[in-house]
Amino acid sequence: MDVKLKIKQFLARYFKDYNLQDDEDIFSLGFVNSLFAMQLVMFVEQTFQIAIADEDLNIDNFRTINALSSLIQRKLVVTG
Amino acid sequence: MNFEIVGVIGAGVMGVGVAQSLAQTQHQVILVDVSDQILAKAKADIRNNLRLARMLSKSPTQSSAPLGGVDEILARITFTTDYAGLKDADFVVENVTEKWEVKQPVYAQLDAVCPARCVFAADTSCFPITRLGAATHRPDRVIGMHFMNPVPQKTMVEVIRGYHTSEATIETAKAFLAGMGKECIVVNDAPGFVSNRVLMLTVNEAAYLVHEHVSTPQDIDRLFRECFGHKMGPLETADLIGLDTILYSIEVLHESFNDSKYRPCPLLKQMVDAGQLGRKSGQGFHSYLA
Repeated sequence: MDVKLKIKQFLARYFKDYNLQDDEDIFSLGFVNSLFAMQLVMFVEQTFQIAIADEDLNIDNFRTINALSSLIQRKLVVTG
Repeated sequence: MNFEIVGVIGAGVMGVGVAQSLAQTQHQVILVDVSDQILAKAKADIRNNLRLARMLSKSPTQSSAPLGGVDEILARITFTTDYAGLKDADFVVENVTEKWEVKQPVYAQLDAVCPARCVFAADTSCFPITRLGAATHRPDRVIGMHFMNPVPQKTMVEVIRGYHTSEATIETAKAFLAGMGKECIVVNDAPGFVSNRVLMLTVNEAAYLVHEHVSTPQDIDRLFRECFGHKMGPLETADLIGLDTILYSIEVLHESFNDSKYRPCPLLKQMVDAGQLGRKSGQGFHSYLA
């Protein structure tokens, strides 16, 4: 999956020497704090050229690789 | 009292926070700074802060959650380098650099442009309010408002009564803050007011304890957290504020009172000289390097 691969590449910079699982809570592991959520939003918007609307600004959409991937897929379908 | 149009002068960290907090509480805001570049950054920062606040609020009805959509709130703020728009301002909050040569011309300009009824609030942690009042022809309508950072989340404000500040102005300031969902505690004008006079001395003394090898930063902060129930110890607080700002504030107190109890700790001076400024540099009394 191209989308998941791109997410993993981005996160790898912050999760050094840690094999982050697709369903693992990014924010509960202590590598990043909740402010990192905005960096994730900007990464998603810039990398996939999609706009995250107010109603999608929910931390649960950014909590795991799976959640991020499904958000992006959903947005790509809408725009594409 | 109605505060429909509010001027916010200075788009640094505090000005941005005040403008955001006002826009979230349905005010029309005119945010003024000297360059379009600073204003563009301010707009991006406010947008990010609003999006983050939305993301972290459990439900949109939560009291800390901003009212309305991100773009709707942002649209309430006019970003400009022109003071002319302030001719109808009901209230002005000034947040420019804490230096007399920067602040004085701002007050002269505000005094010339704003209507006579308009109150000027100086958002400052150390500047004498009486002196700012003297830079205008309305010293009775100049007051101090020491907002806490991050402004949208902090509901208590230290309000400072200058020598000439009238009771009517204090009532206006209270009503203004209530409209932002905030409360205040009013104190009289004196160097450092209440909060910073005590905080800076505490931080400085904690630095002496490290300097004299009485204890470590970790243990000093733990004592405050676990014995006194403080959310943060004095040295981690200092790291958050920035050690350069701490040193500057203690030096101001030292000069203002000419009292040696405010002499800055040599370790604090050395850390600032070495570029160890706290969180923003990655190293202070504690380490923040990833």
